Amino acid sequence: METFIQQLFNGLTVGSIYALVALGYTMVYGILGLINFAHGDVVMIGAMVALSVTRPLVGVLPGPLVLLIGLVVAAVTCMLLGFTIERVAYRPLRKAPRLAPLITAIGISIVLQQLAMIIWGRGYHPVPTLLPGGMHDLLGAQINDLQLLIIATAAVTMVALMLLVNRTRLGRAMRATAENPEIAALMGVNINRVISATFVIGSALAALAGVMVSSHYGIAHYSMGFMLGLKAFTAAVLGGIGNLGGAMLGGILLGVIEALGAGYIGDLTGGVFGSNYQDVFAFIVLIVVLVFRPSGLMGERVSERA
Amino acid sequence: MPFSRRHLPLSIVAAAIISTLVTGCGKSSDQAAAPAAETGPLVIKIGQASPLTGAQAAIGKDNESGARLALEDANAAKIKIGGRDVTFEMISEDDQADPKQGTLVAQKFVDSKVSAVIGHLNSGATIPASKIYSDAGIPQVSPSATNPTYTHQGFKTAFRVMANDEQQGKALGKFAVEALKVKNVAVIDDKTAYGEGLANEFRKYVEANGVKVVAAEHTDDKSIDFTAILTNVKSKKPDIVFYGGMYPQAGPMVAQMKKLGIPAKLLTGDGGCALEFLHLAGDAAPGNYCSLPGVPLDKMPGGAKFAERFKTRFNMPIQQYAPNAYDAAMVVVEAIKRADSADPAKIVAEMPKTNMPGVTSTITFDENGDIKNGAVTIYQYSTDGKTAVETIGGTAEAAAAK
Repeated sequence: METFIQQLFNGLTVGSIYALVALGYTMVYGILGLINFAHGDVVMIGAMVALSVTRPLVGVLPGPLVLLIGLVVAAVTCMLLGFTIERVAYRPLRKAPRLAPLITAIGISIVLQQLAMIIWGRGYHPVPTLLPGGMHDLLGAQINDLQLLIIATAAVTMVALMLLVNRTRLGRAMRATAENPEIAALMGVNINRVISATFVIGSALAALAGVMVSSHYGIAHYSMGFMLGLKAFTAAVLGGIGNLGGAMLGGILLGVIEALGAGYIGDLTGGVFGSNYQDVFAFIVLIVVLVFRPSGLMGERVSERA
Repeated sequence: MPFSRRHLPLSIVAAAIISTLVTGCGKSSDQAAAPAAETGPLVIKIGQASPLTGAQAAIGKDNESGARLALEDANAAKIKIGGRDVTFEMISEDDQADPKQGTLVAQKFVDSKVSAVIGHLNSGATIPASKIYSDAGIPQVSPSATNPTYTHQGFKTAFRVMANDEQQGKALGKFAVEALKVKNVAVIDDKTAYGEGLANEFRKYVEANGVKVVAAEHTDDKSIDFTAILTNVKSKKPDIVFYGGMYPQAGPMVAQMKKLGIPAKLLTGDGGCALEFLHLAGDAAPGNYCSLPGVPLDKMPGGAKFAERFKTRFNMPIQQYAPNAYDAAMVVVEAIKRADSADPAKIVAEMPKTNMPGVTSTITFDENGDIKNGAVTIYQYSTDGKTAVETIGGTAEAAAAK
């Protein structure tokens, strides 16, 4: 039982991070119909920038403050990066065939990875522990402060994003653009600004996710964004890509499925498959969803995508 | 829907393929073989291969220096073969720790008609190169390659002067059973030839000695998330967690063990015995164990004296395997003396008869070409380094090197 609860919390923690990244995919898809494959690498850049900023400050300032400074710098860097990526790689191709921006997305992903490799090297970087590592005992499972903080921050951020999209002028403009860019433009919506805003918001979420994931595992390296990006993309598809609620649900579900799957597959199959098949679960889920429910769990409510 | 969902699987495949494309480049070099001296002193060419550039250049140079010192000693000893004075000449090549480059270097040695090869440093380069030496009938002594495959291919030419991973896995098992007195262990490996091989040897030994393997888990050599595995491990309450793999995983694994509140320590092999482990593991590092083949320098029969001579000659301290490279070269020199010939075939025939007091230990080979009774030393991490706790195997009575 305690193992089950522990795995559940592991899954919720990772799932919250997947959800934040998945939101970035789904927002861009909702508005542009484009899969921004560079998004996972924006997460990596966020983690690396935060690491570079925080490392010299450790011990100088209190830990939580250092973390906050790192987060803010990473978020600003990623927002600029997201804005630039859209301007350089996607805007000129907005009228091009749909496969063209997909290729530039992959190109940007490779560029970001190689840049990170040049700047930060190929090695694994330890991420300093900035929060007091308080342990809580929950029915025998050990839950640390960082896990609770990740889950709570992700929840607050997602609520804020929902409010932004559903209650503000910008949100209305985003929903209008998602529904029909031409008509939205005719109604006086500056769609270039809306699209830029979408990328900037998505990148800020990516920076937050990057800081979370590197603190959670205690490790950052230049290729960490690739697998995380694919998983988050899977989460977005699972929930119904283009749907905000779907991305959140998909992320958390995927995290929990992975953790429980990896935790129990060994016992269930009598040791034939082991927990090294953890990464496989994400893609099994993806395939099953694409076969039986191509529009995702919450995908049919197309009008709500934003 | 502008971008049809039909393309989603396609785009994943495309992303995966493109992102994993790697470009390789090989450097080919060629050098004409020097003509063998017909009269006067006999020049015997010995090849030395290790990474002399790149991340491992420091230990590669170290091997080169160790072999160089041995050949200089041999030249100073005025050895005569077939009545002629002998000069040993070392040809040192950079294999870049790369399997492809390793085979190019090997071919070059064969073309240069070397009598024997000291090297290579890494198992990855040593194994493919060993086929080329075997085909050419040139004896090869690796100072530091530990993968069992190297000597298990049936080659008459392959030898090594360091304990292999089988011996290491057994030594780690012996340490767990006898020193740590564990009853239950969890075994994790990274599914690589090295990691899984080491873990299997460890497992075989501890199970044969009545220890229960309560959890067997696998990860891979790129993973950084071990929480699911460790949560399972935690529920089985092992006395120790064994990991077969490298330090980029071992470090974070230890940190995550601490986060999950697992009281057991980690025991790992030489892959986890790099000091980088300390950075990655952070405050979870102290108390964990790792092993390195060989004995610590100050415990080697000729260690202190060798370290001093090395420092005087090269003006820098020993990095890692220089004493092993020295012994590897000396084994070859001794075999040449016994064969009374520079002919590789005759040297190969003499190699199994090696019984030499070396710097690291007394060197004798088993039927595979592995060092007999190879020593493995277990270290324990502290906050800023590691200290030797116990050396398992090895020969203590070896005489001091000259």
